[in-house]
This record gives sequence, structure tokens and C-alpha cells, in this order.
Amino acid sequence: MASGVLMKHIGWAIALAAAWLTPAAAQAPASAPAASTPAAAQPTAAPAAGFAQEPNKPDAATAPASKEAATAIPTLPPTPGIGEPDGRMMLQDQVTPIGEEAATFHDDILLPLCGAISVIVLGLLLWAMIRYRRSANPVPSRNSHNTTIEVIWTLVPVLILVLIAIPSIRLLRHTYSPPPADLTVKVTGHQWYWSYEYPDNGVTFDSYMLKEANDPTRQKNQRARTPADGPPLLAVDERLVIPQGKVVKFIVTADDVIHSFAVPAFWIKQDANPGQLHEAWVKVDRPGVYFGQCSELCGARHGFMPIAVEVVPQAQYAAWIASKGGHMPGATPAAAPTASPAPTAAPAGTEPPTQQPATNQAATAQN
Amino acid sequence: MSTTADALHLNPHEAHDAHHDADHKPRFFVRWFMSTNHKDIGTLYLIFAIIAGTIGGAISGIMRWELMEPGIQVLNHAWPIGAGTANFDEWTHHWNVLITAHALIMVFFTVMPAMMGGFGNWFVPLMIGAPDMAFPRMNNISFWLLVPSFLLLLGSTFVSGGTGLGAGTGWTLYAPLSTSGSSGPAVDMVIFSLHLAGASSILGAINFITTIFNMRAPGMTLHKMPLFVWSVLVTAFLLLLSLPVLAGAITMLLTDRNFGTAFFDASGGGNVVLYQHLFWFFGHPEVYIMILPGFGMVSQVVATFSRKPVFGYLGMAYAMVAIGVIGFVVWAHHMFTTGMSVDEKMYFTAATMIIAVPTGVKIFSWIATMWGGSLTFETPMLFAIGFIFLFTVGGVTGVVLANGGVDTYMQDTYYVVAHFHYVLSLGAIFSIFAGFYYWFPKMSGRLYNELLGKVHFFLMFVGVNVIFFPMHFLGLDGMPRRIPDYTPAFAHWNYVSTVGYMITAVGVAVFFVNLFWSLAAGKKAPSNPWGEGATTLEWTLSSPPPFHQYSTLPRID
Repeated sequence: MASGVLMKHIGWAIALAAAWLTPAAAQAPASAPAASTPAAAQPTAAPAAGFAQEPNKPDAATAPASKEAATAIPTLPPTPGIGEPDGRMMLQDQVTPIGEEAATFHDDILLPLCGAISVIVLGLLLWAMIRYRRSANPVPSRNSHNTTIEVIWTLVPVLILVLIAIPSIRLLRHTYSPPPADLTVKVTGHQWYWSYEYPDNGVTFDSYMLKEANDPTRQKNQRARTPADGPPLLAVDERLVIPQGKVVKFIVTADDVIHSFAVPAFWIKQDANPGQLHEAWVKVDRPGVYFGQCSELCGARHGFMPIAVEVVPQAQYAAWIASKGGHMPGATPAAAPTASPAPTAAPAGTEPPTQQPATNQAATAQN
Repeated sequence: MSTTADALHLNPHEAHDAHHDADHKPRFFVRWFMSTNHKDIGTLYLIFAIIAGTIGGAISGIMRWELMEPGIQVLNHAWPIGAGTANFDEWTHHWNVLITAHALIMVFFTVMPAMMGGFGNWFVPLMIGAPDMAFPRMNNISFWLLVPSFLLLLGSTFVSGGTGLGAGTGWTLYAPLSTSGSSGPAVDMVIFSLHLAGASSILGAINFITTIFNMRAPGMTLHKMPLFVWSVLVTAFLLLLSLPVLAGAITMLLTDRNFGTAFFDASGGGNVVLYQHLFWFFGHPEVYIMILPGFGMVSQVVATFSRKPVFGYLGMAYAMVAIGVIGFVVWAHHMFTTGMSVDEKMYFTAATMIIAVPTGVKIFSWIATMWGGSLTFETPMLFAIGFIFLFTVGGVTGVVLANGGVDTYMQDTYYVVAHFHYVLSLGAIFSIFAGFYYWFPKMSGRLYNELLGKVHFFLMFVGVNVIFFPMHFLGLDGMPRRIPDYTPAFAHWNYVSTVGYMITAVGVAVFFVNLFWSLAAGKKAPSNPWGEGATTLEWTLSSPPPFHQYSTLPRID
């Protein structure tokens, strides 16, 4: 336990030190993605400590975009310890309703139960080993039956399992009862990258892992990872962007072999099966960047096709759609770029209606 | 289970065939390459399993070495099967070859041959009072099918598997990565290898079932059989019923690969998830195949060194039967993220959790067997007690994973790796070591070195826990399985895990020292080195037993 906490503290310490070393970036508040073009002009050299991200540094070179577009393109820096692994010994912090429910189930019911059963068995074993060692108990008893205790140790586990099953089945029911989707994104796995398609916005793009600056396999025209992009092997060149507080439905498939679309902080993992469409859904209230990795062996570079999801306020999302040449449903295509000056002002729900028809099946339980 | 067996081999020449008297052994080649003797075949299986296990363990050493630090350090060297490659995809393909080979070797060529082929062959006839297995020649071909099977698997790493040399599909061989995703002959060789290994196991299973049902000594009713024999009987049924499904599934892979069928190809009307259902219909019983004989061995060992009969014998036997039956109806809990319907997930969640009940009965019965006993802690007992605790830890994480909603997060992470290594690497392997030390005097006629045995146990107990316990943390933090490189946040626990591997490797080295030293210079073993607790029939015979035993069948009262 102690060393995991220690690692986390070390990570934070390095992160803070790195932030201190880049003063321009350190001034910018963590959630002001659109503010600082000056900081973007001075990308720091590739840092040594990979898992310590500079928390406040905006993304320098996300996209081939003009200055105006750069203010609109979401460039949230990742937050250490949220949406990415940090060497802890526990589940990642959850930011979706299902994730919170499941993490509570795991942390409050399953984990204590695991610990208790293991400790009880260990205690019984140790007690038997000490109390009934040959020197303490030279004459063994011949008892080999006790119907009462056998019935008890059959029925008590049954009861415990029933107690587990109730929240477990409830969790499944909630997972499979999504609210009506506000946005649909089609996710396609390829060897070895992801492509994302926003059918209602007319946006499609591919998302590749960013390689390190010193990686000999990096092509000349490939941008190298910077700390603002995210941790090594998790950062991507183009993030999947979704609006904050909206129900987003992912339609997951693949076009060659099986991949798996997984974001631990969202508690989603959906295999991408070629020739099949499957659904996963999220509703994320916290803006930020969340990382995941392909989670089904898909060939040589299986470990090198990460997923990065950026959650931004609705207005910023609209601006991003516009910068990608897309359009918001129900809005004229030109509306978006001028809306960008107030990125954090719009609370969820005041935007122009972007609801899709409620196509999720069984949208009954949760509303 | 007292017997009259001490009078058994007084009259070796009463056998009707003079060439088959008790201690007349054939010449070397005939004895070891054309054997029809269950003990010799069992020895061959054990030697085979030790060699394969060493290879499989060495492969995991390469993997832990690579994972010790972030970055690619080991795979970019030409050794051992990278063959001078400079291509990044070939390095990482090499990784996939290693994980595939490690799993297949450990499952099909180490645990199964050691438990069923080795201990099953050696001790099922001895324990039920039978002169040999029912089909001695089939027994021989069961073993000799395994050799070409293993050679095919090893050979596959030297031929093209598409991206690089060897089959990089994972041991599950999921289509379409194993069909359209892997050109070259490597995957075909792996499929043939599994065909042969499957045929070998099916023949072995038929042999065990026939032997146990028909060749028990007079008075040895089913409900008097030692629990190890029960475990082999249940395992044999699991093999017989599950392996044909695997054979069918991989045959369909073979025709998809080579003959233009499209069973698992959506563009031809097939379904990629169908393969996974077929595979896991075999694969889940397979995990019980790998652990049930271990249950049986642990029962024998705990009873022997507690100097008490097994507590709740009938409950123990039928718990294994229940595990075997339920094991056939839970397979899709390996597939919770494939996009199953909510009803499927609910069913497989509930069914999977039910397995915890008979498993709990076994754990508690072992403890109750120790309760009130007169315990000594020879090496087999240490391994058995270690097994009970570590299997419990692997069992409770299994209950976590059984929940379909929770498995969304855990599936394909290191949490799963930790779970199944706790039940297999620490469960099955510990029970194999328990059985090996327990029966080593009987098989070899020599006593092993108790001090070295205990050193082996403690090194290995510490080592495997240091390897595998941190993998829970990695999984909870989101690290996927089957990746050769990871983001630096995972570095700490991976480093710890690799240190654990080093400790374990030292422990295994002590085992080999003990093994060879004891074979060469160990003290002569008496027929029963374990005293009053060892009540099964094999301890009534000399150590090692005569080449042919029970020419007069023992009677069990």
C-alpha cells in the first residue's frame, strides 16, 4: 500500500516541478483551454519522467489549424490521476454514472468481501497449523463428518452470493438501460488505429498514437508526443471529442480483426467485432481527457493503438465540429466559430437542441 | 482403507505369462518407446511435462524481462526467435508469439500431462488396485501423440505467421486474427498441434474412464475410491466432452484459413463471436481440467499429513462432480465484452457465481480435515496448504470477475491475468509440486531432501506472490494484457513483478537440484514414508512398485 501511495506522490511532485519549470504554462488555469496561445509557442523538450504530465500546459500542436481555429479546438491538458493510470493500487476515478455505481459496488462490497474471505481462510489455516501441530496434538481425532457444519458452509456462501447478485444484476440492468442518446459516434477499430465518425455532424477522422520524439520509427512528418498530449503510448494525434453532460452512444465495430474500445474511467469496454455493430454509452459531466487502450489482441501493434477521449462543454464541442468542417444538426454551419469566446459559460441544457431520436432499446429504467 | 496388499507381490511367478512376471523389465528401447506399462508411461509424461514446463517458464522469463521497464528492451534483439529482425512490427509480433507459446505450453504440455498423464497414469491403477490401465497400448499412443504435437507447436515459431515468425494469435486463436489476420503456416501448425494434443487427451480420458469404472479391486466401490481417483474421473469426463468441441472449432478455423469457408468471416455470412462461444465451451471446462486433479492431490496430501481421513468425503467427491457439471454452463463469462445481450450477461453472471459454492465446500473441508489432526509440515503439506490459501485468493477475485457489469472494467486487463495465475500458476502448479513431492519416494524409490524441498517451497511461495499480486493493482489501474510495452505509470508494479519472477526462478532451480540430487543419491524410500496418515493402496506396495503390481488383486473391506 505504502509504495503505491509513494509512487503517486512522486508522480505529483515531478508534475509540479515540471509545471514550475514552464512558467508561462503554469500561469494558465487548468480548465482554460482556449486562453493561451503564447504558451503554445514554446513546447518544452521531451521530459524524462513520462508519467508526470505537466497539468497546465495547453496542447501546442494538435491540429493543422489557423489561429482562430486554435482557440476553438479543444486542447485540454490531461490531469494526472484522472482519466489515466497513475500507478495506484485501486480502480481509476470514475466519471460516468455507470462507472460510479460499478466502482462503488466493487469498492464497498466486492473488495471487502474478498479481503474478509481471504483473511478468514488464512486465519483458519494458521490456527489449525498451530493448534493441531503434531507436538501440540499428538493423537489425531477421527472425526470426518459433521452434517450441521457442512450445511452451514454450503448455505452461507449461497446467501453471500445472493447478496452480491442483487447489486450485480442491478448494475447490468442500468448498463443496458441508457437514456436517449444526444450524440452518436461510430467507432471503428483498424490495425492499428481507431477511426471516429460523427454521422450527425458529418465529421470523420482517424486517430493514431503519437510516438516519442526519439522514437526511430517515427516518420519525419509525424508530430512527436508532447506532455500536453498525454502519457507515452496513450497520447493520440487526434482525440475523440464529446460534449460534457450529454448522453453519447458509441457504435463500435472493426474492419479487419477484433479490437476492443475501452476507456477505464468511463467503465466501458466493448469489443469491436468485424461485421457486427455493438453499443456502449457514456455521460460524462467532468471536462477532461480520458485515456484507454485497445483491449483485445489484434496483432503486432495491439499495444500501440490507444484511445483518448476529450470531454468539453457543448459550445466548445460545436466549435470543434465546425473546425473539423462539420455542422451541428439544426444549426447553420457558419454559426460555430463565433460562439467560441465563452467556452465555459454555457451550462448543459441551454444549447440548441441536439437530441437524436431515442434509438436505444429499452430506454425505460433510467431517466 | 486397510488392505491385504502387503502380501501382494510375494509370488511374482504366479502370473500366467512368464514374460510378464513382476520385475522382468523389457530392454531400454522397448521399455521406454513401446511401453504398455502405466508407471513407465506416467514417468514419460512427467519428464515431458517438466521439459515443457521449463520451456514455458523460460518464455515467461523473457516476457517478464521485457516488461521490467517501459520501452522495448528484449524483443528488439534477435534472440531467441526474432531471427535478426529490425522491424518494429516483427518485434511486437514476437511478443505475441511468446504469450501464445507460453499459454499453450503451460496448458497443454505442462499442467495437463503432469496431472492426468503423469500422476493419473501412475496412481489411478495403484489406488484402485488395478494391475494397469484398461487399454495399455492406447495409453502409449496417448503419450506419443503429445510429442509430435509439442514439436509442431515449437516448430511453428520458426515459420511465418504473417507479420513475423510464429503464431501471434494468443492461445485462444480468436478469428479473424487467426484466419485472415495471420497468413503463413505457423497458425496451421498450431492448429494441428492442438488437434494432436486433443486426440491424445481424448484417448487418455477414455482410458481413465474405462479403468476406473471396470478395473477397481474387489470391494473398491465408487464411494470408497480415493479422492484423487474421483478427481481424475471427473476430469476425464470433462476432457471427453469438451475437447471434441475445440477440435471442431479449430477445424473450422483451418477450413476458413485454407479452403475458403467463412464460418467466422462476416463477409461470407459467418460470425466472429461464434468461434469464441465454441472455444470457451471447451475453454472453461479446460480450466477445471487443469485444477480438478490438483484438488484430488491436495485432498490426499492434507489427509496424509493431518493423519485423519478426509473430512466430508462424499461432499468432496460430489463437489467435484458439481464443479464439473456447472463448469460446462458458464463459458460465456469469458466473453462479457463481446456485445452479449443483457439476459445472457445476467445468466452467465449468476451461473458463474454458483461455482463458488462447491469450491467453498472443498476449501472448508480441507481446513476441517486439518482441524483436530496431528499435523506435520513436510514439503508436500506445505505446498498443499499454500495451494489452499492461494486458490482462495484466486477464487475470490473470480467472484469479482463473475459479475458481468464489473468485468466490463476488468476484462482483458492484468486483473484477469492475476486471477488466473493465482488459480493456475499458484493453484495448479502448487498442487503438482505437492503431488510430486508426495509421490516422489513412491515413484523413484528414493527420499527427496526435505530441507531443499522446504527452501523450494518458501522461495516459490514468496516469489509467485510477488509476481502476481501486483498484477491486481496493474489491472485495477487499467493495464491491458498482452502488450509488450506500457505507459510509465505501470512501471513500478511491473518492476516488482519481475523481481518476483527472479525469486521464483531461484526456487525452481532449488527444485531441480533437489530432484537430481535425490534421484542420484537420495536415501532409499520405505514402502510408506509418511506413516499412519497414508492409507491409500499405493503405500502398501514397495517403493518403487514392482513392474507389474497386484497379480493378486487386493480386497478392500
